Amino acid sequence: MSNKINGSEILIQCLKEQGVDTIFGYPGGAILNVYDKLYDHKEIKHILTAHEQGASHAADGYARATGKVGVCLATSGPGATNLTTGVATAYMDSSPVVFITCNVNRDLIGRDSFQEVDITGVTLPITKCNYIVSRVENLADTVREAFAIARSGRPGPVLIDIQKDVTASDCEYEPVRPEDYEKTSGRLARLRRTHHPSIGSPDIDMNDVEKLAEMIDESQKPLLVCGGGVVRSGASEEFRTLANRMDSPVAITVMGGGAYGGYMPLKTGMIGMHGSQASNMACDACDLLIAVGCRFSDRVTLNPAGFAKNAKIVHIDIDASEIDKNIKTDLHIIGDAKEVLTLLLERMKRDKHNDSWKDYVFSFKRETEYDNDPEGFTLTPKEVLSSVAEILPQDTIVTTDVGQHQMWAIQHFKFDYPGQLITSGGFGTMGFGLGAAIGVQVGCPEKTVLHVTGDGSFRMNCNELSTEEYYKLPIITLIFNNSTLGMVRQWQHLIYNERYSQTTLDRGPDFAKLAEAYGIHGRSVHDVSALRDVLTEAVKSRSDGLGWVIDCKIDIDEMVRPMVGGGSYIANFMLD
Amino acid sequence: MQAKESHKNLKRYTIVTAMDNEAGVLSQLAHLFSRKGYNIETIAAGWTVDQNVTRFTIEIYSDEERIKLLCSQLRKLVPIHYVEILEPSKSIRRELMLVRVHAADRASRNEIIQIGNIFRGSVIDITPDSITLSVTGDDQKTQAFEELLKEFGIIELARTGIVAIERGEM
Repeated sequence: MSNKINGSEILIQCLKEQGVDTIFGYPGGAILNVYDKLYDHKEIKHILTAHEQGASHAADGYARATGKVGVCLATSGPGATNLTTGVATAYMDSSPVVFITCNVNRDLIGRDSFQEVDITGVTLPITKCNYIVSRVENLADTVREAFAIARSGRPGPVLIDIQKDVTASDCEYEPVRPEDYEKTSGRLARLRRTHHPSIGSPDIDMNDVEKLAEMIDESQKPLLVCGGGVVRSGASEEFRTLANRMDSPVAITVMGGGAYGGYMPLKTGMIGMHGSQASNMACDACDLLIAVGCRFSDRVTLNPAGFAKNAKIVHIDIDASEIDKNIKTDLHIIGDAKEVLTLLLERMKRDKHNDSWKDYVFSFKRETEYDNDPEGFTLTPKEVLSSVAEILPQDTIVTTDVGQHQMWAIQHFKFDYPGQLITSGGFGTMGFGLGAAIGVQVGCPEKTVLHVTGDGSFRMNCNELSTEEYYKLPIITLIFNNSTLGMVRQWQHLIYNERYSQTTLDRGPDFAKLAEAYGIHGRSVHDVSALRDVLTEAVKSRSDGLGWVIDCKIDIDEMVRPMVGGGSYIANFMLD
Repeated sequence: MQAKESHKNLKRYTIVTAMDNEAGVLSQLAHLFSRKGYNIETIAAGWTVDQNVTRFTIEIYSDEERIKLLCSQLRKLVPIHYVEILEPSKSIRRELMLVRVHAADRASRNEIIQIGNIFRGSVIDITPDSITLSVTGDDQKTQAFEELLKEFGIIELARTGIVAIERGEM
């Protein structure tokens, strides 16, 4: 008896094998067959966004908040290219997303057909791996491999481009559970067998773990750096235990937010360009720096030659190609952060006490002290963020766009658990936040979701308010509206002699009215008491399923402090 | 062989790698080199005992630090089976060169054939005006051969790029 089904049905069955119940996407000509089958599968929730870019960020936000693989569908040509910013964003922040595009029929490939683009060529440098499926026989195993690669090792986005005729061709289909990968045809089994770096975590070198235990024992002035790898690996508990047993100050990268608790006493704050004084000064003076799951980006190290210049640098990372890429290390351990830290904790000789070192580090500020606006004509970032922190639930998930508001939010909020901060750290994608917030709210319906943005970032992708409204997602969008591209203006102010070229945004729309036009709540606020009232109302009205856009007017000249100039020495603050 | 000016202080490395023999692997490989800022000097490819696996020999100028980074980047490519750097002393490197030179008189014909013999090359085509030879060897040998033929006037020259293999254990 033959159990042939067509490629579209195979695709959906394979998604179900992987436990997918939610997808984000946008239909079109080449992907019609898939959407036709989806019509029969109401058990899979499809979120239709306003634009493919919104869908790509939503799938990414969903993945980051739930720990599951995000799934995003788009059609050929412009549908596929509209995904690319989202693909690159997920790639730079190691977020597991499977992007599925359909291309034109096989006999139209290469003829510059309508809506044809070589999307695997386009996304080659921004995916962990990508695939063209031109035979229906290969479809099921390709999907299985794609999911395994997206979620394993160092996670990341994978793209599958399926030719349209494949989605209509019939083929035998046998379900295979993800753990039965040996039953798939060849490559996935080979990748597993050979511990291929794309899929597995390498065997940990115990000699190096022993050596690190010794280095910790000898160190008087340690500093731990908590990177995004601690979040992805689920190593938060182990990391916190290590910090306590080492009695070591902990600096947190943008991507590491939440992995080490924001309220914890050893926290020095963010490190790098807008790092706290405590973090950067500790980095400068420490004798041992242990970076877990971070890649020493230029926004953290600034000048690599002067970074932690008195310290032995130890790098723990799952990706061997990160070792010695940006910073020369004295010791490295390649492996999954959770596994490495578990082994390290077993081998640590004794618990440490570093009181005088901590006294030194915490003599510097770990938080930025901003002034209140005495005249009260506008809000200050501090007033806005303090009100939010006080009124919204502590476990609120925060997504951000990119710019000053992003830095303020990360500096100010005390993230408690991994996945509480969802931000585009690596790629710096303005317009990421609203799409991401949609994905987060869909994935975590019980949580309050706050989308912190600026007027520049919000204007980029505010079309997704229609998605927010349609699916009754009570996201609270908080706009730091300074009528400028604030971060770029800050650089122009400090470095370009106040020549504000093309950064002043003295233009519409009225964001509160825009929100109302989309059918959700919108308010403009100029002072703290109005803001507090609106926030209180927003929390109370969550059950009506309507989102909020709260447009907070702040001064055009507000700056992010502290600041170290790009490429300069980490303790050399341009602004304190 | 004389290194180019830009290659001063750099060493020539021979990388061998095996990848699944499927569409697009060459572009994945080549793209990685270019986006990480490496220039490929030679690249040669062909399948191995298993027709599903293509083996590449790639030569580049680099330093020890950067070559290590490159190899760990290459190992992340999903179709890759292995990546190795061959030690010059423990490996055999060969390329094939085809060259057509002017040879319109008896004296030059004789001399070209003699040079070819010394290099264990073979004459594969001869016309009243030209001779085409093939020679196999490492890049130093083919380079020397090329130098000697220059005075006759090289009409066209083609190289396969180096293929390399490890020597057997003694």
